[in-house]
Order: sequence, then C-alpha cells, then structure tokens
Amino acid sequence: MQTLNKTKIGETVKVAKVHGEGALKRRIMDMGITKGVEIHLKRTAPLGDPIEITVRGYELSLRKEDAKMVEILEV
Amino acid sequence: MIKIALVGNPNSGKTTLFNALTGSNQYVGNWPGVTVEKKEGVLKADKTAAIIDLPGIYSLSPYTLEEVVSRNYLLDEPPNAILNIIDGTNLERNLFLTTQLIELGIPVVVAINMLDISDKRGDKIDLDKLAAALKCKVVAISALKQIGVEDAANLAIKAVESPKKLPSTIFSGRTEHTLAHIEEALLHDLPQEQQRFLAVKLFERDTKIIEKLQLTPEQIAHIEADIKICEAEFDDDSESIITAERYGFIETVVKSSMTIKNTGLTISDKIDRIVTHRWLALPIFVAVMFIVYATSVTGVGLLATEWMEGGVFGDGWELFGLWVPGIPVIFEDILTAVNTAEWLQSLIIDGIIAGVGAVLAFVPQLMILFIFLAFLESCGYMARIAFILDRIFRKFGLSGKSFIPILIGTGCGVPGIMASRTIESDKDRKMTVITTTFIPCSAKLPIIALISGALFGGIWWIAPSAYFLGITAIICSGVILKKTKIFAGTVTPFIMELPEYHLPTVENILRSMWERAWSFIKKAGTIILLASVIIWLASNFGWQDGIFGRVYAEYSLLSYVGRAVAWLFAPLGWGNWQAAVSTITGLIAKENLVGTFGILFGFAEVAEDGTEIWALLATHFTALSAYSFLVFNLLCAPCLAAVGAIRREMNNPRWLFFAVGYQTAFAYLVAFCVYQIGSLFGGYFNIFTVLALVFVAAFLFMLFKRQNVQVA
Repeated sequence: MQTLNKTKIGETVKVAKVHGEGALKRRIMDMGITKGVEIHLKRTAPLGDPIEITVRGYELSLRKEDAKMVEILEV
Repeated sequence: MIKIALVGNPNSGKTTLFNALTGSNQYVGNWPGVTVEKKEGVLKADKTAAIIDLPGIYSLSPYTLEEVVSRNYLLDEPPNAILNIIDGTNLERNLFLTTQLIELGIPVVVAINMLDISDKRGDKIDLDKLAAALKCKVVAISALKQIGVEDAANLAIKAVESPKKLPSTIFSGRTEHTLAHIEEALLHDLPQEQQRFLAVKLFERDTKIIEKLQLTPEQIAHIEADIKICEAEFDDDSESIITAERYGFIETVVKSSMTIKNTGLTISDKIDRIVTHRWLALPIFVAVMFIVYATSVTGVGLLATEWMEGGVFGDGWELFGLWVPGIPVIFEDILTAVNTAEWLQSLIIDGIIAGVGAVLAFVPQLMILFIFLAFLESCGYMARIAFILDRIFRKFGLSGKSFIPILIGTGCGVPGIMASRTIESDKDRKMTVITTTFIPCSAKLPIIALISGALFGGIWWIAPSAYFLGITAIICSGVILKKTKIFAGTVTPFIMELPEYHLPTVENILRSMWERAWSFIKKAGTIILLASVIIWLASNFGWQDGIFGRVYAEYSLLSYVGRAVAWLFAPLGWGNWQAAVSTITGLIAKENLVGTFGILFGFAEVAEDGTEIWALLATHFTALSAYSFLVFNLLCAPCLAAVGAIRREMNNPRWLFFAVGYQTAFAYLVAFCVYQIGSLFGGYFNIFTVLALVFVAAFLFMLFKRQNVQVA
C-alpha cells in the first residue's frame, strides 16, 4: 500500500483512502484530505519531520506518523 | 438585543473583522471553565446588536476544545444569526465549515474576505452562484481595509427577520435517504430547521448529541441498522462519508462559481523557501529568538523593568531633567503629612505598594514582549516555529511553540507563562505552563550567586548546573506527565495549517498586546494584593516577651511558621528555620530570599548576592545541603506574580493547585534525592537513603516506561 509519508518531495499524488478512526482521522479529513483529492508534497521540516503539503490550494503540515494513514495513488 | 455570532477558520481575518465591527466596545473573557478566549462586543454602527466572536475553528466536530465550545454555544444559546467569515484565497477549505453552519437552522450570512488578494491573483468568484448553492446571502468584504464590513453586519441583522429556510441537500442520494429516515424516525417532533443538523450528527454517531437527545437504546439500534447499510455501501465509516461528501459538494460549487488562474509561486512560497529551508531554518529561528530575547528580556524590557522598580516604585526618576518622585515616596510624604500611624504607613508602603509594585513593575516589559508575540503570531511565523521544532518538542509532550515561553522564562517566568497562550493544543499549553518556571529566571540569579559564593567559593559550574537542572526538569516532567492519567489518553494530532504570510496592522498588534497586559494587571493584581498584605502582617507582627505587637523579624509570626515547618526540610539537609522563612518570603519575589537571610542573620541590608552573610551562611549549611536548598528554591512554586499568571492561564482552580503542587512536590523530591544520595557518598546511610533510592528507581521507571498511545 502506498502511503503519503513515503511520497517524495515535489511529487503530486491522489488520495485513495484515509485509514484509521476517531479524532485523528476526522481531523485529517476535516482539513480537506479526502478521497480523490490531489496532494503535492512541498517539503519536509529541517529535522526531517513533519511534512508540508499543498492540498485544496493551501499549505498544511502533518507528521509522517499521521501521514501513514493516508493511502495514495501515484498520478 | 440581537446576537450575531462571528464564526470562521483561524487566519481568515476574523479578529480584524471583529475589531472593525465593534471598535473599542469589546469585552474579553473566557468561556466558562476553559482557557478558550471569549470576546463580545457591541456593533459600532448599530448599538442594538451584539457580536460574539467564537474561537477560530475548521469544523464543528466534537474533538477539539474550541470546536466543542463553539458547538455548545451555537446549539445551547443559539444566536439570532451567524456571520461566517471566509478567506477568499482559500475557498474550498473555508467553505467546509460553512456547509456545517448552514445546517444549524440559524440564519447565515457569508462574508468573503481578502477577495482583493484573490482578484489580484486573477481568480474570479461569482457571488450570486455561490449564494444560490449555499442558500444564504454572500457578500465580499475586506476586513483589513474596512470595506463592506458594515454591509455584512446589516445583512446579518436583516437575516434575523427573514423567513426560515431549509438548508440545501448537499449529500449523495444514498446518504440523503438515510438522513431522511433518521429525521422521520427520531426528530420529527422538533422544529423542521433544526432537524438537519441533528440528523447528520446522529448519522455520524456523535456521542455528545446522542446524550443531549436522551435517545433510548432501541432508538439508537433502529437508526444504527440504517447507518450500517449506508457504510457498507460506501465501504467507509459514517463520519468519513459525511466529510468526503461535504468536500464533494464544495468542489462542485467552487467549480461552477469560481475561475482559478494558476499563477506560479506566491510571496509566501518564496518566503517559506528561505524560512523553512533545510539549512537556513534553524539559524533564522535562532536569530529571530535572539532579537525577541535581546529586546524584551535584556534590552529595552530590562530598562523598562528597572525604571519601574527603581523609579516609579522606587525613589523616583528623572523626566527631561525634572525629578519625579517614586510612588512609595509620594505616599510616604502624604502619610507622614497626615500623621498616619507608623504601622499603617509600613503596611501601605512596605506591604501593599511594594508587593503590588513588584508585580506591576513587569508590565512595560510584558507589553514589549506581547508586541513581539502578536507580530510573530499574526504574520504567520509562529506556525513555522511549530513546524520547524515539532520533531524535538513532541517527545516531551510539548509543542514547538513551547520554546518561546521557556526562552522568555529565563528572563522572567511571568511573561513566559503568558507567552504560552500562543499554543493551540490545550494539553501542550497546560504542560508548558506547569514546566516553564523550572528554568531559572533572572530573580533566581541572586540565589544562585548567594549559594555559589557562600558555600562553593564562586566555582564556575553552579550557575550552568542550575540551567541544566531547569532544562532536565522540563524534559523529564514532560515525559512523565505525558504518561499520567490527566495528560495521557489523547494524543493531539499535529495537523496544522501554514497560513500565508502577511503584514499585520498596528492596531491589531496593539490591541492584542493590551488585552494580554490588562488581563495580567487585573487578575494577577488581585491575588498579589491579598498575599502581600498577609505576608507583611506575618513578618511584622508576633509575640516578643509575651506581648503581641510589631516585632523584629526573628520574633514575627512568619518566623514561628518557619520554625514550625523547618522539620519538613530536615530530610533535604536544611532544617534551620531561617532557611524555611527565606523560602516562604521568596514566594513574594525570589530575590527577597537573599534579603530575608540578611535580616534573619541580623543585617539590616545586604548586597544583591548577600556577600555580608556568606561566612555566617557557611556555618549553617554544608556544600551538599546548600545545593539541595538551591535545587528546591529553583524548582518549587514560583513567585506570586508567576502563580497569578498560572492562575490566569489555567482559568481553573484545580489546575492551578495541580501546577503549583506538582512543582513543589517535584522540587522536594529532587532536593531530597540530591541530599540523601549525596550523603551516601559521604558514608551516611539510613532509612531516607533507601527512600531516595526508591524514588530514583520509580522516577527512572516512569521516564522509560512504554506509553500506551491512544489516539482518541
């Protein structure tokens, strides 16, 4: 399974499914990471984590640990 | 009075709009029992309407404190209308909240902010199409330039009168079918415009709503069957179905009402390329912190505090060659002129004015710091700090933003604690408030100088060891507290927007600065006044030769308290009453401790580092007990001004007691272990040694115990 945390900088991917449950999953989806949306991985923080992505036209940062829950398809 | 709730995402310009609408008619407080700020104001243009500024939120989910506060307000004391501010440069995500607001059955007016910026980018939004899709009024505003803000407010007032409309059906046929079924089965007695929101929440199995509606298990089981069918069909849970379909609806709406011109890099992108750059990010961060620290703690801030302490609350100060006497001097003159009794004069000047003055002296310094914080927050850099430092700080249960309170705390714990307000997560913030004062503040430096001079011949490593101790205490407390019941359970996800950079307005910065400074003056002031009077009375009155009256310090009530509690500190190696009394007076201001030692040893006044009493002190302490004394006083409950700040930030007496109790207990245990295990090397072994070893073992166990991480 391809997940968002393994995406390389500069890549654009499409969300296949958001896994997990509860507050964390809800929060990820509330911020606009839902099935079918395109995500562009902009950069990682200087210490390697978290990552910064562009989704729905704005910049969002999340930890790699949480990004594991986002299953993706290569575009 | 008409009540209009102002709702919107963080960084949407909500605060600017609120300020533009209400001007100076604002009241800032807290939502009951929580540390979420509540602001209310009267509309400038129409005094019959009140604006309630709800916390900045992305959704009405039941998971974050801000969202729950907003939800409860909207459901329990519904406002007459909702003014929903939307960032026009970020339509999709902002509309997500809107799709939830229009379901509440409360009239909604959508105000699209910053449309001028998206215009410049070449994006075009068709407001009429948007309004038709959302079934509510939509207006364009610029909160910053104050364009259209009054129209927006007027529309909201008008919307109150308008006939109730049912919200758009925005979900897929399958989901709508289930929602209709829920409405029919459980909600048909309620007003029609309220059914929609509740049906969606029941579909999402929102426990707070189920509780509120007091549904029976049979009723729940009845709709559960429907929800399960729907979930099976979509192969997802009901909450995710709703969220995904909301965004699906928004995509269609945006596609039909907006034309986006794709331009290359924005200014924010260019700034971020440098500011969050792999190699440059940390040096830039250090430079920014240096500027903040050098200005507010050591530079202008220090001058301001010295002016307040030595001038306004001291002998006096010079203004363009004119000598302005200090407040104590003025009061002394007046009180002497009207022949006030000596004790009353002393109470007013040495008790009240000195005590309150010690706190108010921080105000100018606080204001300088708050200006910096307001700027860093509103320009967007604060979010980058959290982004850059998250990796380090999350290990200790702290936020990347905790760095600032701790750094400021090396100057003074009061602004340090208050700087924690920039941390969104409630738990991270509480953890920061509890641990910030472990770092030695400038008022603790005289204590370090005293101990190092009197017992260690001024050896170099005492001062660095104090900072090392502070940092270790913060890290260990973070790691350990994170595993306790109160902090464990939920891990706050770090999913944070990196807003676009923009220059904040001077008005907004000054307003934010003043709000914080004033809340410090108000809340910290009352508790300090009371405490100052009590400690003054206790240190000036007592029994001498069987007669109660004003006495020397060594006969005072406070000295009896000191003698009574001195045994408590015997296991720490310093059971003498002078040390106990000094520790108590250190609560007023830590630097008092040195002066109190001086008085108790018979000196009227001593230098800041107490050179005069070094020799005497050396006869009362050993090197080890002195270090344990130092450890306790560095870590224990901070001065009253800082306790006042903790009280202000916790907004809950139980949390205040927990914080101060934890700090003091932690200080006691560390000092105890230092002294007892240190004594072991000197060849002493007793029951306390065993206890100390047990504590250390328990401490290490807690430190390295694996945590059951639960994501709630």
